[in-house]
Amino acid sequence: MLSITLILLSAFFFTGIIVRTKSITSGRKGPGILQPVKDVIRLFKKGSVYSETTSIIFRISPVIYFSSVLMACLVIPFSSYRGIVSFDGDFIFFAYILALGKFFSIISAMDTGSSFEGMGASREALFSMFAEPAFFILIGSFALLTGHTSFFDIFSTLHLGSSITYTLGVLAAFILVMIAMIENSRMPVDDPKTHLELTMIHEVMVLDNSGFDLGLIMTTGYLKFAMYGAIIAGFFIGSLPLPLSVPAYLAIQALFAVTVGLIESFMARFRMNHNPQFILALSSVSFLIFLGVLLVLEKFV
Amino acid sequence: MINVLIAILLAAVISILSVNVKWKGIISISLVIFIVLVSSYVAIKALTGKSFELLIKGTMLFGNVPVRIDALSAWFILTINFTILTGALYGFNYMKKYREMKSRLTLHCIAFIFVHFALLGICSVQNAFVFLIFWEMMALSVFILVIFDHSRQETIRAGLNYIVQSHISIVFIMLGFIYVAFKTGSYSFNAIADFSNHQSTLAGTALFLCFFAGFAIKSGFVPFHTWLPYAHPAAPSHVSGIMSGVVIKIGIYGILRMLLLIKTDYTTIGYIILFISTATGIYGVMLAIIQHDLKKLLAYHSIENIGIIGIGIGIGCIGLGAANKWMAILGFTGAMLHTLNHSLFKSLLFYSAGNVLQAAHSVNIERLGGIIKKMPHTAILFLIAALAICGLPPLNGFVSEFLIYGGLYNWLFSASLISLMALVFSLGGLVLIGGLAVLCFTKAFSIVFLGNGRAPGHDEIRETGFWQLLPMYLTVVFMICIGLFPSFFINALQNPVNLFTHDVIFNLNLIKVSAIDSLETINWLFLGFILFIIFMLVLRKLVSSHKLVEIGPTWGCGYATSDSKLQYTANSFVRSYSKLAKPILDIEKKEVEIDEIFPAEKHYETSSYDRIERIFIDKPIRLLNRLTDLFLFLQNGQLQRYILYGIIFITAVICVPLILDKILTILHFLNNL
Repeated sequence: MLSITLILLSAFFFTGIIVRTKSITSGRKGPGILQPVKDVIRLFKKGSVYSETTSIIFRISPVIYFSSVLMACLVIPFSSYRGIVSFDGDFIFFAYILALGKFFSIISAMDTGSSFEGMGASREALFSMFAEPAFFILIGSFALLTGHTSFFDIFSTLHLGSSITYTLGVLAAFILVMIAMIENSRMPVDDPKTHLELTMIHEVMVLDNSGFDLGLIMTTGYLKFAMYGAIIAGFFIGSLPLPLSVPAYLAIQALFAVTVGLIESFMARFRMNHNPQFILALSSVSFLIFLGVLLVLEKFV
Repeated sequence: MINVLIAILLAAVISILSVNVKWKGIISISLVIFIVLVSSYVAIKALTGKSFELLIKGTMLFGNVPVRIDALSAWFILTINFTILTGALYGFNYMKKYREMKSRLTLHCIAFIFVHFALLGICSVQNAFVFLIFWEMMALSVFILVIFDHSRQETIRAGLNYIVQSHISIVFIMLGFIYVAFKTGSYSFNAIADFSNHQSTLAGTALFLCFFAGFAIKSGFVPFHTWLPYAHPAAPSHVSGIMSGVVIKIGIYGILRMLLLIKTDYTTIGYIILFISTATGIYGVMLAIIQHDLKKLLAYHSIENIGIIGIGIGIGCIGLGAANKWMAILGFTGAMLHTLNHSLFKSLLFYSAGNVLQAAHSVNIERLGGIIKKMPHTAILFLIAALAICGLPPLNGFVSEFLIYGGLYNWLFSASLISLMALVFSLGGLVLIGGLAVLCFTKAFSIVFLGNGRAPGHDEIRETGFWQLLPMYLTVVFMICIGLFPSFFINALQNPVNLFTHDVIFNLNLIKVSAIDSLETINWLFLGFILFIIFMLVLRKLVSSHKLVEIGPTWGCGYATSDSKLQYTANSFVRSYSKLAKPILDIEKKEVEIDEIFPAEKHYETSSYDRIERIFIDKPIRLLNRLTDLFLFLQNGQLQRYILYGIIFITAVICVPLILDKILTILHFLNNL
């Protein structure tokens, strides 16, 4: 229960912190930290416009997308507290339920019959597909290291002892940050602030959504960031006592948000056709982690 | 008892021959239902632990024929029965459009019953001879079913391709049986077990691989898959559903049966199966993505799913070899449950494709679009099946894939360095298969059913009738049941899996990843998930009920007149993928560069071909043709010459041994000098 509360809490501020970081680094005054939440509330109050081309798929997809991400959040633990549910192989469930949401967001974009939205949908389908092996090999390596296969057990038995395990932790954090960037369609894979539809991925997919649906999709975006932040935090917090772990958790989430903001301020988006190579490279890095784990477990003898 | 069955079969054939068109279908369906009821009764008993045994007194040809339905046979019989039943019901309505082709329908009905009968026969006999007879009966009847539309040349070609390759499969299987009979003198299945107990492990492994090659051709493992993408699209849709759903699964049954009989080095076999299956899965889905013919796309997905089943079997075997109990149980359970699951969602997908074909007269997905507004039932059914085949929760595909993942992660903790590499390979493969399947089915569903129609004639599309949709809804209900209550089916699989694991002594000190227990939790999560979605939909309804909802055109990004041709096409949807996969796939592009200022009409065309087919089928055939061309001068159309050849042959047959004999005598004589 604590875990989901903390995720929701961080989701509240996460995007705000990113926007704030970006405005500070570019020397603007910028909107307040709660502006993204206010945007969503405004959207919830609005009516909506549907395209005449769309069908029922377009109308139910935002709800399924949101529900799938919320469902995925349920399995994420916090420190010595389990998530709402925790079982062997829950990360498989995590990945597949997210894929369900993605499936619906893709077909919902295709439902409009727009050429631009199809472009975004096609890219989303390809990129997130390539990100998945990296995630599975990463968690698999840590499962091998700890001897457990659920998020909670992996995180609570993970001891960052030797220098090699520290390296592994840092590499894992790197991969998870990158996966989060891909899944949330952020720099360097996608630029949420671009004004050209041809260069968008996620933004172009929701061109036709409006009102409540758009609000829901944006909320899902915030939630997704906080969710990945919670996983990253899980790698470092271990089972610290509560007065230490909550601030540490919030600090990691904030640090993650600031990192995202900094990346977006100082990096340019990759060329679209370089993205797959970049994402495949992630799988190689996670394979590196796997080899590192083998080294730690002295399997190479 | 067998006499009664054969009599009923003959009576049905005769009555199908004699009655009018409408009754032909009804008689076939009632017979199918009858066979389903009888065999399911026996099978359910066998599944709960009471094997059905019967010894048919021998004839001169076969000797005694033991019939035994154990839990493994029972599981496959039940799987076969359900899909054959829905196939028959669907086919009855589907074939109404062809009522004027009386003779074809007669043959079709008879072949259909024969396929069902042969499949059940294969699952229950324990004698190599009779097994092969049933196998041949199945191969020929399926051939007749496939070439229903035999006025089209492609259909005949696909049918011939199928029949040739299935006979190559028979050669392999026969070779295995003959080898065993040569060594032990018996055609009974027990002889195979005896053989493997008394011979070296190497001989056992070789025997298994021989059988595996034969059954793999039937199932469509890469590189034996090339017949499959031709035969499935050529057949009528219900036949495609049955072929993909159960006929190729009989190959899986064969592999599992041989695993039970041949006691050999399971670890080696497991690695071989695992490697081939992973390659099969990845290759199948990679080719599926670039197909533009909906039925061909589905056919390539069958190859992919055979790969997933194979991964399960491979894990199970390695588990047996390594005495890792949970790995073995999860691998085999996953494989067998996926066999059932795939037969459900794949037949459903083919039936939906059949509906689309009949309504829109095309399965070329580039010419379809927007069908969800015309055929909402078909679209939703296709969507559910697509979600299931991608392994997405909360449907049945997820359950079996989860079990296979569980098997893989059980392996993780006991594996050595080399096997860890194999593990990462198959894990990465399985994940990649899942991801690519999502890419493929988002493409297939959205291009066929969403957006606007792409070809003229879109307005005439109508939803299929209730009776044709009914078997499809039955399948969906079954699929959702497996998705939401998997423990019932996993319990039902205990006995079949037990056959593999009961005489292995397991190492109990290993870490256990109890994927089966996890499924209990996941059950509740799924229910919660569905309830939450309903809650959110209601909430959305309430929030937006008093708000302004407008309908307008799709936002065209500043372009005023949007046209259905401006939509994203299937080809463009997978463009970045096909660019990436270019080194592996065989994609041909015909493109005309635009260079003038006012270009005239241009054409752009892409087509894909199977590289493995080019290497393993086309090239050898070309070489063979070149070889036989050398002897073309012999075939000159003169009867006299042919008679002369005959005489030369006969003389040679008689004289060559005589002369050889003489030469040997002379040699002998010379040696003695």
